[in-house]
Amino acid sequence: MPEYSVIGKPMPRVDARVKVTGQAKYAADYSLPGMLWCKLLRSPHPHARILGIDTSRAERLPGVKAIVTGKDFGGWTWGWMPATRDEPPLAVDKVRYMAEAVAGVAAIDEDAAEEACELIRVDYEELPGVFEAEEAMKEGAPKVHDYVQNNISVEYHWNFGDVEKAFAESDIVREDRFRTSRATHGYLEPPAILASYDPSGYITVWAAKQSPYFPYRHLAACFKLPLSRIRVIQPFIGGGFGGTKNDSLAGDFCAVLLSKLTGRPVKYVESMEEELTTSRRRHSMVVYSKMGAKRDGTLTAIQHRVIADGGGYTAIGPLTMYLAGFATPLPYKLPNFKYDAYRVFTNNPIGAAMRGHGITHSRFAAEIQMEMIAEELGIGPVEMRMRNAIDNPKPGTIYEAVNKVTLKTCGIKECLQKVAEDPLWRDRDKMPRKEGNISWGVGLSGTSYLGGARQMGHQSCAAVVRICEDGTVNLITGATDCGQGSDTVLCMIAAEELGVKLEDIDLKRVDTAYTPVDPGSYGSRVTILAGQATQKAAREAKKQLLEAAAKTWQVKPEEVEIREGQVFVKSDRQKSMPFGKLARIACYSGTGAVILGTGYSSYGIEPLDLTTGIGNGGTSYSFTSQSARVGIDMETGKITITDFVIASDCGRLLSPITAEGQIEGGAVQGLGQTVYEDFMMDKGKTLNPTFLDYKMPLSMDVPGVKLIDVETNDPDGPFGAKEASEGSIVSAPPAVISAIHDATGVWFKELPVTPEKIIRALKLSSRA
Amino acid sequence: MKQVKLTVNGTLHELSVKPWETLLDVIREHLGLTGTKVGCGLGECGACTVIMDGKAVNSCLVLAVEADGKQITTIEGLADGDKLHPIQEAFVQQGGLQCGFCTPGMIMSAKALLDETPNPTEEEIRRGIAGNFCRCTGYTKIIESIKAAAKNMQGVK
Repeated sequence: MPEYSVIGKPMPRVDARVKVTGQAKYAADYSLPGMLWCKLLRSPHPHARILGIDTSRAERLPGVKAIVTGKDFGGWTWGWMPATRDEPPLAVDKVRYMAEAVAGVAAIDEDAAEEACELIRVDYEELPGVFEAEEAMKEGAPKVHDYVQNNISVEYHWNFGDVEKAFAESDIVREDRFRTSRATHGYLEPPAILASYDPSGYITVWAAKQSPYFPYRHLAACFKLPLSRIRVIQPFIGGGFGGTKNDSLAGDFCAVLLSKLTGRPVKYVESMEEELTTSRRRHSMVVYSKMGAKRDGTLTAIQHRVIADGGGYTAIGPLTMYLAGFATPLPYKLPNFKYDAYRVFTNNPIGAAMRGHGITHSRFAAEIQMEMIAEELGIGPVEMRMRNAIDNPKPGTIYEAVNKVTLKTCGIKECLQKVAEDPLWRDRDKMPRKEGNISWGVGLSGTSYLGGARQMGHQSCAAVVRICEDGTVNLITGATDCGQGSDTVLCMIAAEELGVKLEDIDLKRVDTAYTPVDPGSYGSRVTILAGQATQKAAREAKKQLLEAAAKTWQVKPEEVEIREGQVFVKSDRQKSMPFGKLARIACYSGTGAVILGTGYSSYGIEPLDLTTGIGNGGTSYSFTSQSARVGIDMETGKITITDFVIASDCGRLLSPITAEGQIEGGAVQGLGQTVYEDFMMDKGKTLNPTFLDYKMPLSMDVPGVKLIDVETNDPDGPFGAKEASEGSIVSAPPAVISAIHDATGVWFKELPVTPEKIIRALKLSSRA
Repeated sequence: MKQVKLTVNGTLHELSVKPWETLLDVIREHLGLTGTKVGCGLGECGACTVIMDGKAVNSCLVLAVEADGKQITTIEGLADGDKLHPIQEAFVQQGGLQCGFCTPGMIMSAKALLDETPNPTEEEIRRGIAGNFCRCTGYTKIIESIKAAAKNMQGVK
């Protein structure tokens, strides 16, 4: 293995200091002179026609400067694909979910803006609503969009191999219905934007966006301005996890339009209640899973029929449904696979992306069902998985799944082995099974996630490495660190490639006026793709530096090396100088007065095939095995989770502290959606829109987490890296569910598994 | 408007505040100290935690008039010039932060804990930050950071 100076070393995050001192500025921390505050009026009905809006009383309120309604956006709508642009900035003719925004006010302070919202009269004609996806698909159900038949928002039918034949030839076939919860991202920073519209036709915004080039395009289209005049300046981002901060929101469009109308900057900060009632949350999905196996446990086929609650608009739903299907043939060999997916409009808040996007639903169903089959066949959970797990392809070879998903590295078997050898699993029978009312159980999972996600349209990340004449370096990319640590990883890559110290690299956060366009932070793509771009850009800058050094010393460029800030001739260490000196020589007399390296990513640029589901959804794939130990109070149903052991194949870890933090955080977020998190909905109304009632894990709830690194060296990633952000949110739910089964004897197929559900199930099973 | 006098990070401020304004409003809007974050505004998330007369409080739940005459420490008041407070240094070294939004409140809760319990058990650490949500880290590295800080601060004495 090559010796690295920076890569793989436990270095602190580059943004740690500004964050621990409170100097890091987030969107809501920005203010401008003369700034107005924006508030939104939201619908009290989940489904209603808007007959009229009277803003006259609100306009007369002192301090109110402007009010906008849906009609002021001239019929413009947006969406993920040209065919799915179904969402207006503010509702125009009707509202499709409760708390959809209908008007925006700009006033001199928040109080006046809020009061003005209360003075706006909206005449609604309430319409019958539909709140369950399976109900919404039925003939005669209320229509959320008039032009859409049976409320079907997205529909895929993929077929690989011959599932019918495979089921007929199987020794065992199971059919089960699984359901995932209405979970949300739960970041603590509510969406926020400060917008300034320059009358000469320029828009500048500071906004909490994890993919700032989405609003860059949306704002250009909405306000009919060239992209060159849209400036999205990236503050620090208080968590993203997909969905809401990967899209534009009513408050964004309103703040910009209100700024245009008033000639003053406008700030909009969402309240946590607004966030929790309108967030573009994880879809709740029903997965009808049919799985077949031979007597020895060999899987023969999976057939998934998935129905997802899409809420009022399409948003990124086509990708969700793609992801929920394409990765099902991972990480176990699967010769036959059929997938029928329906994303359905309802009068609920919008279903969209969240960490573990799509895959967490279908993998949860498949993992649990596979264990149920193993149980029936009398095969142990590890053995069942090892018999089916995909082998690590030999270097230079490729594993191809039934749907032509390809793997160059696959550490699932090693991950499973490592977790099985760990005392938590190995010695589980030596641990107490029962203590008082507490019944203990240990469970295990083996899962996969994609890295370097593809989408439609623009795919590449780009980077510019600019050498300053004193030897320090500016790294300019379009990538966004919304907390995951990618700024640190990218700086480490640049430092390693250039041969300088990490502290000599300064990363410039996104400013769409200056940084290269970038798809965004989603699908665990930043390290792989912006990482590759950074690597290439640094190499190009280094090439110019080496040429300058070679000229100075009258040697060939390949004879010169740069390591840890020193430049030297490999064969003659006497010829040496500090990097800063070379930078000056190169900048003053080298190949050009400006030493710039540029690069862009070239992995993973084939478009997704949504219609057939054939091909890769990611550049490479991570693999995870996880065990969990839980204690269930058999009288109260209370769940205590004491331990997680997680073995991850993330390729090579570039920044161990960052990767560990991602794996630990993902697993705990996964724990939340397994045992706590669910929006309680009553006819479109969110009954628990606070953190008191929407329970997320706190420090008292989380288990001890032990991590095991399984290293593979993937050829399609910088320095062999794969993704490290999302694997553990997929592995946690099945591991915990399997542990709860071990403790209680009950298989739970609906998330979250709450104490109430446990008590009910225990009562039922004792009756049976 | 009400007149209040309060000391923030060692500086005395005399301010006119609206009766319904919170300590959080004073810190962020009047004094421009934006290190203290607004998460939920309801005392549920802990992002706005500051120390008032030695106790960690949710500044969104304290009215400005209630803070009259009090000593307040915010995240901006911890470092000594360029030298980080040992708790801040431990969070940097142990990776006790990701997005950073909960970090100021988390560090203030940790400080209140360590001021009172210099050598806490893991259970006491978990309890000390039980009012602070973190959605990124899963708490593991935060707990490790506070353990390391406690150790380093013992060494100083």
